[in-house]
Amino acid sequence: MNDRTRGWIRLFLVPFLNLVLAFVVAGLVVLMIGENPLRALRILLTGALGSSYGIGYTLYYATSFTFTGLAVAIAFHGSLFNIGGEGQAGVAGIGVAVVCLSIVGDTHWVLAFPLAIAGAAFAGAAWAAIPAYLQASRGSHVVITTIMFNFIASALLVYLLVNVLKVEGSMAPESRKFGDGARMPFMHELAGWIGIRISRTPMNISFLLAVACTFLTWVLIWRTRLGYEIRAFGQSETAAVYAGISPVRITMATMLLSGGMAGLMALNTVMGEASRLVLDAVQGAGFVGIAVALIGRSHPVGVFLAAILFGILYQGGAELAFEMPAISREMIVVIQALVILFTGALENLVRFPVEGFLRKFREAGN
Amino acid sequence: MSSHPVSGRPDLVAPAIELRGISKSFGPVRANRDIDLSIAKGEIHGIVGENGAGKSTLMEILYGHYSADAGQIFIDGRETPIPNSEAAIRAGIGMVHQHFMLVENFTVLENVVLGAEDGSLLAPSLVRARTLLGELAHEYELEVDPKAVIEDLSVGLQQRVEILKALYRNADILILDEPTGVLTPSEADHLFRILRNLRNQGKTILLITHKLREIMDVTDSVSVMRRGELVATLRTSETSPEELAELMVGRKVLLRVEKQPCQPGDILLDVENLSVTDRNGLRRLKEISFNVRAGEIFGIAGVAGNGQSELLAVLGGITSGSGNVRVKGAEIEVERADGQSRRAAGIAHVPEDRHRLGLIMEFAQWENSVFGYHVVDRYCRRFGLTNRRTIFEAAEAKIEKYDIRPANRNLSASRFSGGNQQKIVISREFERDPDILIVGQPTRGVDIGAIEFIHRQIVALRDAGKAILLISVELDEILSLTDRVAVMFDGSISSDELTSRTDERELGLLMAGLAHDFETAREHMSPGQSSSAESGR
Repeated sequence: MNDRTRGWIRLFLVPFLNLVLAFVVAGLVVLMIGENPLRALRILLTGALGSSYGIGYTLYYATSFTFTGLAVAIAFHGSLFNIGGEGQAGVAGIGVAVVCLSIVGDTHWVLAFPLAIAGAAFAGAAWAAIPAYLQASRGSHVVITTIMFNFIASALLVYLLVNVLKVEGSMAPESRKFGDGARMPFMHELAGWIGIRISRTPMNISFLLAVACTFLTWVLIWRTRLGYEIRAFGQSETAAVYAGISPVRITMATMLLSGGMAGLMALNTVMGEASRLVLDAVQGAGFVGIAVALIGRSHPVGVFLAAILFGILYQGGAELAFEMPAISREMIVVIQALVILFTGALENLVRFPVEGFLRKFREAGN
Repeated sequence: MSSHPVSGRPDLVAPAIELRGISKSFGPVRANRDIDLSIAKGEIHGIVGENGAGKSTLMEILYGHYSADAGQIFIDGRETPIPNSEAAIRAGIGMVHQHFMLVENFTVLENVVLGAEDGSLLAPSLVRARTLLGELAHEYELEVDPKAVIEDLSVGLQQRVEILKALYRNADILILDEPTGVLTPSEADHLFRILRNLRNQGKTILLITHKLREIMDVTDSVSVMRRGELVATLRTSETSPEELAELMVGRKVLLRVEKQPCQPGDILLDVENLSVTDRNGLRRLKEISFNVRAGEIFGIAGVAGNGQSELLAVLGGITSGSGNVRVKGAEIEVERADGQSRRAAGIAHVPEDRHRLGLIMEFAQWENSVFGYHVVDRYCRRFGLTNRRTIFEAAEAKIEKYDIRPANRNLSASRFSGGNQQKIVISREFERDPDILIVGQPTRGVDIGAIEFIHRQIVALRDAGKAILLISVELDEILSLTDRVAVMFDGSISSDELTSRTDERELGLLMAGLAHDFETAREHMSPGQSSSAESGR
């Protein structure tokens, strides 16, 4: 078996079989509470993929998960575990809001979008910079510090929304609505311009940015000098030092890239969907990103596919909870947990038998 | 080759160990193939072979760490299945591993007793062990202070504790896996004396080593393994190192390095008062001074752990130090640990540990082939992209020139053999055409065929006018490759001497810290020996 086929098996066949296994077990759980698992699966899939409305929502969620998943994946390559996507995306929301609120009048979105990207990436990276610096120079583990920074970020957000950005006289902890110049087109609008009619959903052009970022992350990791250094550092710090790669520089660079990538998520929710800074713009996507990166094996394409899978689970799960009252929201979480368990944590459960089987198959063929 | 004895009649002199048809596979790798071996009682039997030839696997089967896929083991003529190490100990087999299995902060006595206590109370076993240790020490020159804590003991003494442990468990058969790797020559001599004593008392000893000289010195018979097969069993007195080497590799091997006399040029590397203090504040290098000239190989011998690693690390820019290091007359910043600046100054570094330093094991050969030089213009394109095409071409050229096998640049480093991994490192560093080459343990864990090749490459670089600093714990390597030699002991370095004017004994005294330079080392030696040193090699 050469390295390439092995890679394909690892990246696609094995996760797929894991997924099937997860659904089988989830089906058993559904069976246990007295519902028909096949009907549940059908509702889940048609809810997520059966209409342009469902697909729009699925991809809207997937957009957020792609950004946070890529963020975790980049850090993974440098052997850094960035659990701070939640906080970095939250603070990036402030960055987006600052940019969008300062855009007044009738600027075209083509101008506003890059500015907002810069704002999001900068704020996200800045929030990752402090844990990164502490790890690089003091050895404080990023797992601990990034988690701490999630709480600080959420407290900061509450403070700003209650005391600074809140619209006077309003009871809702949210900023004022962004001006028309800072409004990003929705996908249904974009499709409308070229004559395709699809349902109104919050899916917006940041989805295209997520696709671009998937490609750019792949380029970064496997085609650039920096990516080479990140991977080398991630595999062996001692060897990296031998090669003259500075651990401090690589830790900083990796975490800044990771934080910036997580920050881009805020474009989707804050600028795209809400057009204002709301209190819970991240909605746990930072943590879903960890699962997505795990399932996607830190490969950008894998991350993108895993993000879509989680988009399906989110959107289809909401439909399922609506259609089958016996299946509560918590049940949906159970199903998601099973997917993470089987595809993320129990990889070898399927991989070893599959590889063994293929080896036998090949030997028999020869 | 000894004949098969008749089993089932243990009253006749049955061999101490007899293996019949032992086979063991790890996945597709056949580590041992149908091995028949019989070792007479009261013999020292050597097992030689290159890395990966299956020596260690065979011994682990005998000691019960692995179970064989097929075959039988007979101890003293009785078939004895050995499913685990308890069974091996019960059968009277003891093993001294390459990496000692001792509890560092226990005393010698506690370590000896550990796992073989008489009951739940320690005191009786300790008393018994102390008496027994006294007897053994007397009988076999195995003196160790029973109350000493392991971490305070030298490596040689720790090894004695391992042997005592085995003897305390009534071992009649003792397996030693590469026992001299960490010893000074005099410690090794002492070990061999112990082994001979043990043999004379009727113990059977299995010695695994890759050093042919030791085989010739101490064993009575020897088996050669190659690619999982036992290719020959010979009486040591009837064979020669050349024959053994040929059997190991499967072709004729040059054991000696052929080289022209050295023609030293200008000083290229000048080290003055170089010191290194480690994280715990311990001085690892103590104001070392030496220089290396163009066209010469300067060797630093010494027992591992006397500051050689620190010297390599500071010269290679892995750690920082203090003092002055001049490369071609230009000062380099030793206070700053920066591998890139060292490379830019013209130093190439073959690190002593390719797994930890020299390679990223998960990276493909082509990725490793530019490791450390990935910033070089030739390998980069605009926007920070790597120039894969030139890297691929260079990687393939290196595979070709250095005969790296398998010749596949996409294979990750972990899937090459030790020798080929080392060739990946060496091809990368040598092909940069550096002015100064610092080389640490270039042939550690490398098979004989590759050693020959690597040595020839080093000599070729010397002849091309490079300054080469060779740090090795293998005395043979130092003596056969270098032009000038010094010895490191406890962070200090002895005065240097032309390699042709010294010998193993002299270096051995320096390595053991019994002398601080060659003159005093000579005074330590008896007149007869020193004259042989004067007359040169």
